[in-house]
Amino acid sequence: MSNTIDRFFGVHAQALQLRAQRGELLGSNLANADTPNYKAQDLDFKAALSDATAQKTTAMAATRQGHIQPQGRMGGAHVLYRTPNQSSLDGNTVDTQVEQNRFSENAVRYRTSLRFLSGKIQGLMTAIRGE
Amino acid sequence: MGLFDIFDVAGSAMSAQTVRLNTVASNMANAEVVSGTKEGAYLARQPVFSAVMKAIGGNQASVPVRISGIVESDAAIDRQYNPEHPEADKDGYVFTSNVNMIEEMANMISASRSYQSNVEVANTSKQLLLDTLRLGQ
Repeated sequence: MSNTIDRFFGVHAQALQLRAQRGELLGSNLANADTPNYKAQDLDFKAALSDATAQKTTAMAATRQGHIQPQGRMGGAHVLYRTPNQSSLDGNTVDTQVEQNRFSENAVRYRTSLRFLSGKIQGLMTAIRGE
Repeated sequence: MGLFDIFDVAGSAMSAQTVRLNTVASNMANAEVVSGTKEGAYLARQPVFSAVMKAIGGNQASVPVRISGIVESDAAIDRQYNPEHPEADKDGYVFTSNVNMIEEMANMISASRSYQSNVEVANTSKQLLLDTLRLGQ
């Protein structure tokens, strides 16, 4: 049954989680806009989402004791460093304007997933009540 | 957890930018301070920001900022001939601060812009979390 509901919600449950994670990355970039030697990061969303929906594990093989996993989180392997448009003297690669735009784009897309989920939940509720 | 961590990150950046604004205010307030000795002259202060890296296995996505120290500027200190000044040394010279007003103004604008963008980030995250709470209603 829970599987049916999972399938009913489709890609949006995972998308929401990944959007939140991307928001965190972009928020960190903006917070570190003035930090010397900070390298801006972003999520390869498409790859992360296709991995998450395929239930593929992104963990690296630990063949020896002491091998470190990059991250236990969803999409951890798809966090990449941004290529700066313009390099700065202090080694910081954050372009505030770019990050701000991506952050708001990410927020809008988060809201879109929320809206889809909301619609589906309301559909389910209607079906349950039978009104 | 995801969006909640943004509050920590944006909060750390806001407090770091506040420290920066504070140093700008101190520098501007003390720009005209003179001293009788070279050592006593006021030196412009600047905070040094650094990123807080989490331990391996922790949440690497959120990177807060911290102030790793306050450094004093090593710009040259001006000497002025002003024998009437009560602080003047035996040759009649006073030493002024090495604050560069133009630099401070630019710093102030940069700090307040960064502060604003972090407020915006925190606001958006709050709105998203509230929308998530209302999911399905």
